[in-house]
Amino acid sequence: MAAAPLDTVLHLATPEGVPLVVSPAGPVPRLYAWTIDLLLRGLIYALLGIALGMAGGLGMGLLLVLLFAGEWFYPVLFEVLRHGATPGKQMMGLRVICDDGAPVGWHASMIRNLLRSVDMLPITYAFGLISMLLSREFKRLGDIVAGTLVVYNTPLADDLPIPAAPPILPPAILDDDEQQAIVDFATRSDDLTPERRNELARLASPLIGGREATAQSLLSFANWISGRRTP
Amino acid sequence: MNQINFTRRFKPAWDEFARQLEYLAKGRPTTEFDFPAALRQLNHHLALARSRHYSQGLIHHLEQLALAGHQQLYRHQTPLPQRVLRFYQRDFPQLVRQEWKVVVIAALLFFGSLLAMLVAIQLNPELAQAVLTPSQSAQMETMYAPGQALRLGRQDAAESDIMMFGFYLRNNTSIGFQCFAGGLLFGLGSVFFLLYNGLFIGAVAGHLTQIGYLSTFWGFVAGHSAPELTAIALSGAAGLKLGEALLLPGRQSRREALKHNAGIGVRMLYGAATLFLLAAFIEAFWSAIPGIPFAIKITVGLSLWALLLLYLLHQGGKPH
Repeated sequence: MAAAPLDTVLHLATPEGVPLVVSPAGPVPRLYAWTIDLLLRGLIYALLGIALGMAGGLGMGLLLVLLFAGEWFYPVLFEVLRHGATPGKQMMGLRVICDDGAPVGWHASMIRNLLRSVDMLPITYAFGLISMLLSREFKRLGDIVAGTLVVYNTPLADDLPIPAAPPILPPAILDDDEQQAIVDFATRSDDLTPERRNELARLASPLIGGREATAQSLLSFANWISGRRTP
Repeated sequence: MNQINFTRRFKPAWDEFARQLEYLAKGRPTTEFDFPAALRQLNHHLALARSRHYSQGLIHHLEQLALAGHQQLYRHQTPLPQRVLRFYQRDFPQLVRQEWKVVVIAALLFFGSLLAMLVAIQLNPELAQAVLTPSQSAQMETMYAPGQALRLGRQDAAESDIMMFGFYLRNNTSIGFQCFAGGLLFGLGSVFFLLYNGLFIGAVAGHLTQIGYLSTFWGFVAGHSAPELTAIALSGAAGLKLGEALLLPGRQSRREALKHNAGIGVRMLYGAATLFLLAAFIEAFWSAIPGIPFAIKITVGLSLWALLLLYLLHQGGKPH
């Protein structure tokens, strides 16, 4: 946390004094989510239009009321009642939260969605896009005013996804960050090709006293560091 | 304690915490489970896991649980119906009085331009053509032509009451929402929409008065004029709060001032939206009835003005 983070994660302060970590979502996944919502709404309008069109003036009146509600309150209802996610956001794994990590409430959701009309200015969400790119938290204008964030809704991860290997005590004394780097490497090693794994592992050679580090040896160290040693 | 033992020892508690979170989310809490204490313990474990540099996977798992717990603990507790009731009984009229400065500015811009246009057209009828296109004035003239069998304010018989209700609600409330959102452009959007709507409504009223459609036009608009015009002014006032935050943030940063004023503005907008709903209802189901004598329509309209002003100026007492 001391050095400038390489990732876009944010640390939200909580009353318990333990910062919560969230990853704000950028313009592209949000555009996809918005498009999904747009299509979904279009579909609902079309179905309503067909159903209510047959009911004459009464149907037209209801249709106009529902169109009005859909234009302004569709995102609000979903964000407040469905844990911060419209169907589009849900499918993209996004959700809206408050700046302090609390769930988004009626006022904040109303504000961010009413101000959408300013984010859309002058055309194609230009203001919103500029605002997102200028802000560290990818906030459009509505988010800044409402005090909300759109974040990735990361699923609960496995508690210890380090591949098993015979635990070996690292041959040199490693400080906290170095231990952390080795453990992180081990956690991700299953996603890498064997060549890339060894290539990355060699970078750690200076850490262990100049001998060439292999992926296998780093996995063994990671197992030791994370406590998988036989007593 | 190393990570394996730490996990082995506390994993049951974390799993129980996750299970209880699900119960709480469904609104079926188990009474014997002390949720705040469990959340504190979880936060403690998270802090320990971070300071001991346990694996990212474990820290991440605890972070997700802590975030979910945090969201559960700090959500709004008061039931919605009570908050809504209190809003209309007390909070909304108090808010209008508390924010009287922006309300007065918005009202002056809107009603000022409306009345100025209305009066100016009586003196110089040509002026109406400066604001209304020929097709607009022709349309207004058919809608309010005296002695027509149609319902008032309609262009043809197919426009039923309920359809017009939907139309008025959508149209007018959207105008109100634009007045609010436009405030984010340093208040200019709100000022623009207030003046534009004031001049347009003033031109229509002025034109129809000048050509002598007095009883049809004024009889039609009298009923819903109080809620509708007030709602436009209040929406503009809500937008001006956003502009105020940008132009005169005072001792706060602009960002903080915006957040604070938006909270005020959006509440005022809820009140305005309610008035728009009321106006659309009156306009569709009362104002349009053709047979009612002019005097009754005007009396009802003026009574609504009196009631609305009384509500906004007196209901709810003094704020704390």
